[in-house]
Amino acid sequence: MTVLKSQISTSSEAFRANSAAMAEQMRAVEDAALLAAGGGGEVARERHVSRGKMLPRDRVAQLIDPATPFLEVGLTAAHGLYNSEAPAAGLITGIGRVSGRDCMIVCNDATVKGGTYYPMTVKKHLRAQEIAAENNLPCLYLVDSGGANLPNQDEVFPDREHFGRIFYNQANMSAAGIPQIAVVMGSCTAGGAYVPAMSDEAIIVEGQGTIFLAGPPLVRAATGEVVSSEDLGGGDVHTRLSGVADHLARDDAHALALARRAVANLNRPRITTVERQPSEEPAYDPDDIPGIVPADLRTPYDIREVIARIVDGSRLDEFKARYGTTLVCGFAHVHGIPVGIIANTGVLFSESALKGAHFVELCSQRKIPLVFLQNITGFMVGRKYETEGIAKHGAKLVTAVATTSVPKITMLVGGSFGAGNYGMGGRAFSPRFLWTWPNSRISVMGGEQAAGVLATVRGEALKRAGTPWSEDDEAKFKKPVLDLFETQSHPLYASARLWDDGIIDPRKSRDVLALSLSVALNAPIGDTRFGLFRM
Amino acid sequence: MFSKILIANRGEIACRIIRTARRLGVRTVAVYSDADAAALHVELADEAFRIGHAAASESYLSIDRILAAAERSGAQAIHPGYGFLSENAEFAEAVEAAGLVFIGPSPSAIRAMGLKDAAKALMEQSGVPVVPGYHGDNQDTEFLATQADEIGYPVLIKARAGGGGKGMRRVDQPSDFAASLAAAQREGMAAFGDGTVLIEKYLLQPRHIEIQVFGDRHGNVVHLFERDCSLQRRHQKVIEEAPAPGMTAEMRRAMGDAAVRAARAIDYCGAGTVEFIADVSSGLWPDKFFFMEMNTRLQVEHPVTEAITGVDLVEWQLRVASGEPLPMKQSDLSIEGWAFEARVYAEDPARSFLPSTGTLSHLAFPSNGVRVDSGVRQGGRVSTYYDPMIAKLIVHGPTRTAALAQLTAALDGSHIGGVANNLDFLSRLSRQQDFAFGYPDTGLIDREVENLTMAETPTDTVIALAAVFSLNALSTPEAGDPWTSLGHWQLWGQATRTTVLDRAGDHHVIRVAARGHDLFAVHVGGRVIPVRIGSRFEGGCHAEVEGRQARVEVLERLHGLTLIVDGKTHDFHLPDPLDAIAAAEAGSDRLVAPMPGLIKLVRVREGDTVAKGDALIVMEAMKMELTLSATRDGIVESLYVAEGDQTSEGTVLLALKTESA
Repeated sequence: MTVLKSQISTSSEAFRANSAAMAEQMRAVEDAALLAAGGGGEVARERHVSRGKMLPRDRVAQLIDPATPFLEVGLTAAHGLYNSEAPAAGLITGIGRVSGRDCMIVCNDATVKGGTYYPMTVKKHLRAQEIAAENNLPCLYLVDSGGANLPNQDEVFPDREHFGRIFYNQANMSAAGIPQIAVVMGSCTAGGAYVPAMSDEAIIVEGQGTIFLAGPPLVRAATGEVVSSEDLGGGDVHTRLSGVADHLARDDAHALALARRAVANLNRPRITTVERQPSEEPAYDPDDIPGIVPADLRTPYDIREVIARIVDGSRLDEFKARYGTTLVCGFAHVHGIPVGIIANTGVLFSESALKGAHFVELCSQRKIPLVFLQNITGFMVGRKYETEGIAKHGAKLVTAVATTSVPKITMLVGGSFGAGNYGMGGRAFSPRFLWTWPNSRISVMGGEQAAGVLATVRGEALKRAGTPWSEDDEAKFKKPVLDLFETQSHPLYASARLWDDGIIDPRKSRDVLALSLSVALNAPIGDTRFGLFRM
Repeated sequence: MFSKILIANRGEIACRIIRTARRLGVRTVAVYSDADAAALHVELADEAFRIGHAAASESYLSIDRILAAAERSGAQAIHPGYGFLSENAEFAEAVEAAGLVFIGPSPSAIRAMGLKDAAKALMEQSGVPVVPGYHGDNQDTEFLATQADEIGYPVLIKARAGGGGKGMRRVDQPSDFAASLAAAQREGMAAFGDGTVLIEKYLLQPRHIEIQVFGDRHGNVVHLFERDCSLQRRHQKVIEEAPAPGMTAEMRRAMGDAAVRAARAIDYCGAGTVEFIADVSSGLWPDKFFFMEMNTRLQVEHPVTEAITGVDLVEWQLRVASGEPLPMKQSDLSIEGWAFEARVYAEDPARSFLPSTGTLSHLAFPSNGVRVDSGVRQGGRVSTYYDPMIAKLIVHGPTRTAALAQLTAALDGSHIGGVANNLDFLSRLSRQQDFAFGYPDTGLIDREVENLTMAETPTDTVIALAAVFSLNALSTPEAGDPWTSLGHWQLWGQATRTTVLDRAGDHHVIRVAARGHDLFAVHVGGRVIPVRIGSRFEGGCHAEVEGRQARVEVLERLHGLTLIVDGKTHDFHLPDPLDAIAAAEAGSDRLVAPMPGLIKLVRVREGDTVAKGDALIVMEAMKMELTLSATRDGIVESLYVAEGDQTSEGTVLLALKTESA
């Protein structure tokens, strides 16, 4: 295989400036991550612990195998939403190894508004289930939630992708042979009661977990019956009398050990989907990545410099290296897993799109997972390009990406604008995972372009009306548009709304890709049937 | 010389006898109980025969079965080792009656020394000094006072029926005698219903010094000098040495002569030990040692004599038993250098030396210049059936100081994992000042026991290391599997884990944050201790803790972890939440009727404190009486039924609460 040769000087002024700029972007994300990981804050955490309960993140850490990673999904969900009162949307979701098997873990954080479901909580829970369903991952629900967040009930309860979908997914995953295991470590009220009830196997913590359709206050209001929550739906009742749960745990640690035991008994042999190799470190240090990426998104750079710091031995076997050169396509390995990489290194032309479509066909034929490194301002515009049919060529790429059966992992390493987003495995194209870098920006077009378009339209309208429109007026007009795009394209804004699975440290890109790919390979890769390619 | 012998013993002594026999071209026959079917001595011997169940009474103490094994094997002689049947005259007789040779003295010699009082009288007659005293029936106060004067103060007045210090009085001067006598008599009467007392010389600072003797069938008796076995705990020898510190040529001659006289008095043949007690309150003096008893067998501590004399005592035993004369005369024997022996036991000094059992998950002794007599190996079990000895370490050096330094080094270089053991205790004892300066006495360990057994609290460094390794830090990743090779990893911040370590009753809950690959921050005792894992080797790694390098061997086992940090062994238990006993506690707050029935008897009331296993309620169901017991300790919080109530299956009868709640 071909070893990439880096042209980067780590002692250059540009390298230092780029590193500093990336560090600045990362700091904002780190702060947000810290806030999210802190849950409902010190007071709520202390109250939680004083009840003998483990903190949700400790529960997750205790659940997974020692000395193994936790690949968290949607860490900064709900960041800046709901008056910032729902860090991480009150839910921890992610993939971890449990008793040697990759599992999706969904853990309520009761320190955040009693673990109630905000709209983003529901979206995050559903996204976790989607990942589990697509990648054939057993689901472990660590339940500690008061159910729907009542002030937000209209955005939580009624719609197709709302609360009820959680149970729909549980039933259908179970039907598909994907194990559903619930550990009731706190309340599980009303609709929430169906999480354990719909599970294949349920564990409940004595004196702590409760499951009921209506809690004691509602029961009293409805029928006048006075009953304690433990007697109404505690662990003893459910494991001895009702059978709603299967195992009674003494405490959190015991419950988590029982959950680990349940996974150990799943009998899920690992499947072999690709030919793995022994892993090899890249020849170039992944820690150099921040110094490579230009501080200004508009400055072009050679994406191979990033690839050289992600793939095994910095080796990339390029496909059609001399054709459609703004799109880099090639075969490589990440932590020993074979991948087909598709990476932007400039605007998409017709040739680039054709090359990309061809490469997707190759990987689909060979059942090699695809990795998209997305840094795209869009397809080339102009009369020449429209005439040669760039729209239909772009459509071929989009069709190929949309219909391939191989797992896709997308990483936003720069801009994600316009139709480029589609061709490069954007969220709408259901990559198994979509990760973003702190410097990335996502919007239908660049803020400058959007403001320009709007200003042109406005300017022409004013001209027709004969109203004067000075450059100053135009700048004033553009300002709010620019600001809006700046805010809305920021990765924290995007991640808060779960347009992606999380913002990552660019230096960890290789690890994140490897973990994601490894997770994706839990599901068999089917044969691809592409849609029609417009010729 | 015999061509085949049977060894009626087990453990290290059986192994030790096999070694010499093999060197002499004598085939060996081992016997074993069910518990020892896979034991080392069985493996080492040329042949082995099962002699019964694990209990010694049904195996190693069964004369019939051992003789049957001897007959089947065709052995010509039986070596009894020490303990078990080694000082059993009937056994010696039975062996002879079976036409075999008993490798030891005659049954009559065994008998003569077996009865301690008679032996003392016999020795006195033979001119062997015994502790001065009056043991007669005359209990007249005047008379006893005269006896005390003759013995010389201080004296000890003991109730004849006494024990455990009751009815015992030390008297330092004649003026106190009458009052003390009256008190001892009173106490004896009160405690045992017998006021009869005896008077003995009180030894202010006793030392246990014994002489190794050897006799043959040709009338020769020699001694192989002394051993000092003063370091004892509850009459169990702990560290022995030869020669005895402070021993003068004159005293050695006097003791040697006395021991030979003792052996001759009973026509002694074979290896024996004459034990003396010496009063060293004013040093060692030839007129201040007294006969205690004679052991008519090979002693556990015989290797120290072998070390300083160059004699293989087992070889001599075999030669003498087969009729050969003693290989050496007294004048041929001399002392070369100094030797120590330490007895390594599976016992827990921190818990009053309670014997411990378990699997020896790790067993390593130094190999250079140390004689290790052991009957177990790594992976073997220490059971409750027999003596929990793991090994004897014997060192030999040119001087006492040199030999003692070797002993300490040998102890510190020994590592035992899986069972509690006394290595640390022995190591500390070997460095104890009085002992190091050559002043051991039988009271030393008792006086110093606190310092010697103080449970060593593991340092924060050790806890930090244990915490890191308990989290699988040294696991080997699967090839091409980032989910194992990346270790502790997360997107942002430090992956933090909590680990629980139990050690010697201490429960440590430790948080470990992964700061990077192989770099951890461990929260111990209010501090954060950085641990960096360095180069790995088979079974361990080098680790840097707070800037200091340590060599760490890591031995993992089910729910346990043994670390050897810079040569010191630390055992940790990793509690498993699924542990059956712990798991049984879940749901135990409520006592539930297992089937429909009638409540016959309620044995408790609300508020009663109950212990696990206490009968709480008796019910009658299906014509059977069922006793329902407490599944844990607690207080009866509520009682939901009364006697005579009919209950259905699953009815909660009673609720417990924990005492603190």
